[in-house]
Amino acid sequence: MAEINVPSSLDGVEPVQSVRTPIRMQYTFTPGVAAQTYLREFGNKKILGNVSPVDGAILVPPRGADPRHGALCEEFVEMPHTGHVGSYCVTNVPIPGRDLELPYISAWIFLDGADVGFLNLVAECPPEECRIGMRVEAVWKPDEELGMTAENILYWKPSGGPDIPFEEAGVRGWHARKRGETNA
Amino acid sequence: MRKVAVVAAASRQEEKMLDTEVELMIPLISEVKARTGLDQTDIGFTCSGSSDFLAGQAFSFVMTLDAVGPVPPIAESHVEMDGAWAFYESWVKFQMGVIDTALVYSYGKPSPGSLQDVLSTQLDPYYIAPLWPDAHAVAGLQARTLLEQGIITVDQLADCAVRAGTVESREEYFSQPMLSDPLRKADCPTYADGGVAMILAAEGKAEELCEKPAWITGIDHRIDAHHFGVRDLTAVPSARLAAEKAGVHDGPIDIAELHAAYTTHDLLLRKEMGLPETPNDNQRSYPIKADTLMASGLLRIAEAARGIWDGQANRALAHATAGPLLQQNLVCVLSGESN
Amino acid sequence: MGTGGELAAVVGVGMTKFSATRGDVSMPGLVREAAQRALDDAGMQWDDIDAVVMGKAPDFFEGVMMPEIFLSEALGCVGKPMLRVHTAGSVGGSTALVAASLVHSGVHKRVLTVAWEKQSESNAMWALSLKQPFQVSINAGAGGYFSPIIRQYMEATQAPELIGCMVAFKDRQHALLNPYAHLHQPDLTFDQVVESPMLWEPIRYSETCPSSDGAAAMVIVNEEEADKAKNPAWIHAGAMRSEANNFPGRDEVNPLASRECAEDLWNQAGITNPREEIDVVEMYVPFSWYEPMWLESLGFCERGDGWKLVESGATHIEGGDLPVNCSGGVLSSNPIGASGMIRFAEAALQVRGMAGDHQVEGARKAMGHAYGGGAQYFAMWVVGKDKPNA
Repeated sequence: MAEINVPSSLDGVEPVQSVRTPIRMQYTFTPGVAAQTYLREFGNKKILGNVSPVDGAILVPPRGADPRHGALCEEFVEMPHTGHVGSYCVTNVPIPGRDLELPYISAWIFLDGADVGFLNLVAECPPEECRIGMRVEAVWKPDEELGMTAENILYWKPSGGPDIPFEEAGVRGWHARKRGETNA
Repeated sequence: MRKVAVVAAASRQEEKMLDTEVELMIPLISEVKARTGLDQTDIGFTCSGSSDFLAGQAFSFVMTLDAVGPVPPIAESHVEMDGAWAFYESWVKFQMGVIDTALVYSYGKPSPGSLQDVLSTQLDPYYIAPLWPDAHAVAGLQARTLLEQGIITVDQLADCAVRAGTVESREEYFSQPMLSDPLRKADCPTYADGGVAMILAAEGKAEELCEKPAWITGIDHRIDAHHFGVRDLTAVPSARLAAEKAGVHDGPIDIAELHAAYTTHDLLLRKEMGLPETPNDNQRSYPIKADTLMASGLLRIAEAARGIWDGQANRALAHATAGPLLQQNLVCVLSGESN
Repeated sequence: MGTGGELAAVVGVGMTKFSATRGDVSMPGLVREAAQRALDDAGMQWDDIDAVVMGKAPDFFEGVMMPEIFLSEALGCVGKPMLRVHTAGSVGGSTALVAASLVHSGVHKRVLTVAWEKQSESNAMWALSLKQPFQVSINAGAGGYFSPIIRQYMEATQAPELIGCMVAFKDRQHALLNPYAHLHQPDLTFDQVVESPMLWEPIRYSETCPSSDGAAAMVIVNEEEADKAKNPAWIHAGAMRSEANNFPGRDEVNPLASRECAEDLWNQAGITNPREEIDVVEMYVPFSWYEPMWLESLGFCERGDGWKLVESGATHIEGGDLPVNCSGGVLSSNPIGASGMIRFAEAALQVRGMAGDHQVEGARKAMGHAYGGGAQYFAMWVVGKDKPNA
């Protein structure tokens, strides 16, 4: 540690060990052109996907871009409210700002017809029964509570029906369906 | 040193954009690729500059990578700095001899954030930031020092504001109330959302991609001390040194695209880099009128290149700055001739 | 991204003690500690340095926007070029590569590079889980992102359930041999690792990296300077690759960007059999199962066999023929911005014979590896005791 020469007027004064400075910044985000359309229809209890102009891949939720090609996606398609679990984990870590009973299941949901997944909560399912390929369906907020917000779907619950086999579930589905070039 | 040129550029600025950063960048990146006929797989290296704090999200640049189309995988890097430094990093890669083309981009959306609060967090967190001096206040401190030491006059500030177009006349300037005494609104930047993308290519390739490549004949960057008490606020040694090393004085400068967000900065930079106070040719665009943080510097390089392509200039200077009060400076000289 | 141009070597390495909170130093103090040690190791003064390249992860971890700006005095940058790299978790590695490129290109002769994080200043968990606007708040930290990927690996390979615990236990044992490591758990038993609570099943608390403060620094110089130095670690290869993290058909368990980056690396280094030719690996493993996963991806074994390498003890410093993370790895110390550079620096220490108690005897070629984002950014290098062949 370097020698620090303190003026004699500070003799006996306790050195400052740390400084606590609260910081506050405010951001007013815009969702973006594609996400705006998505959220508006989401408020009408519809789930939209983006269609890639390059090969018709369906991307949910719409971000206005196909990341494989850096291409703008301006076309939308309506999606079913059912899908399957591409993968998941059972979490014992609370999420700051959210009141969730532990443990909870966070899963990659692949809607029927979609070519990518999104992360969301799976509930009404004992954690040990959750599995890759399990079919799920959306559980919405009551109609009067719907709005232009990502939180319209409370969670996804098991819908019954035969599981999607591992080799076709989640990210493997694109390849399994022979939809085109993959990154595998 | 290997010769590298800017062969295409696209940019967009708007006071408040509804697009996400990805939606903003896709058309710009697509445009420069289309202009040069290059595919992402043809491009040797991609580099970008942006800031998490500006975006209000950690890892914000990760999402923007989608705009590039990085599938199949690409050689790519990112700096948490103005895109001008991503430009520099790419230039260095060319000097290694391992690439012939590069894509450089940067963007910033100042509109969502409480910008002055955000910028205050750039200052020393122990001694300065807790006082929350915003960017205009800090610029005001420097302006007062410059005025009181007679290094600049208010008339010079007024003339600079007129030249930059923040006011139409000296009268209008002096009629404005003080914003951050001694600075008025006309002396301070208006912020804008925006982005810029460009393609660089090496000698042998550049000529194929562009009719009149804007050759980089010199580039350098330096940084000064941060703390206001440690620096001489009336000087910008890093700009002076960078200009020297970039060879600014090796020939006439036809246009100088300065990243000066304040009138005081414009005057200071001209002094330090030996540029005329009232240039014959004004800048193509002024950051003080539309300052896109994290991209304003790269945009200067784009404008300088455009000056070469338009035939407006044979030798153009582009400058970028970072940190409070011109703490860090990058200078680049572009030429219509490769030597 | 090859090395091209000039040769470059690491002639100085410096690190700080990694711990949950370095309350004894400010941010300038932290970076200076590492930088000064690197300079001392290199036998250099601050004025000998031509340029500084700094790297770190999201600035929300410290609550300072672009902190390299205010650190310019502390890092002796005044009047010099300074760059700040940010490539998410891989940043420590990519920073080293950018620094090396300044030398390979001939632009500079002597570069100081520092990577750091002082996560205790802000709140790492908060910064990692910042609510994304207009999206469902469901991500509780990096573990929540990687666990579903790990689950797919486990199911595809049918690997024994405790492979991850073996990696975690090994790395914590290795950490005991590294005085700088954050976690020193001399009384830890394998059973304790297995019995620790599940955080993001299948990842247990004990299989997760800590949150640390720390910095690592290196001095990288050109051939002429390195020839004068006492003990250079020559850079044989350096590679970076990135890809998008969510697109149709993505192999997220063994990303193509990782495979192509490694391929490029081995090509540059003239390595055809990594398992045989590499003596020690410093790999970025923040969650235990990434060790077998990366072993496969990097080409140390066939796809699906990574867990067998772990199970056989091959990656242990004692008796293993491919020791991995002798420093304790990310699982034992994780100042996020520095972790990648710590891997690269540890690889350099190994081939210089300067890794102390965690030295792999006779190590002549080592690999440093870092990854970041949604397993989408990769930075790797190979360093060697001998000069690379022309």
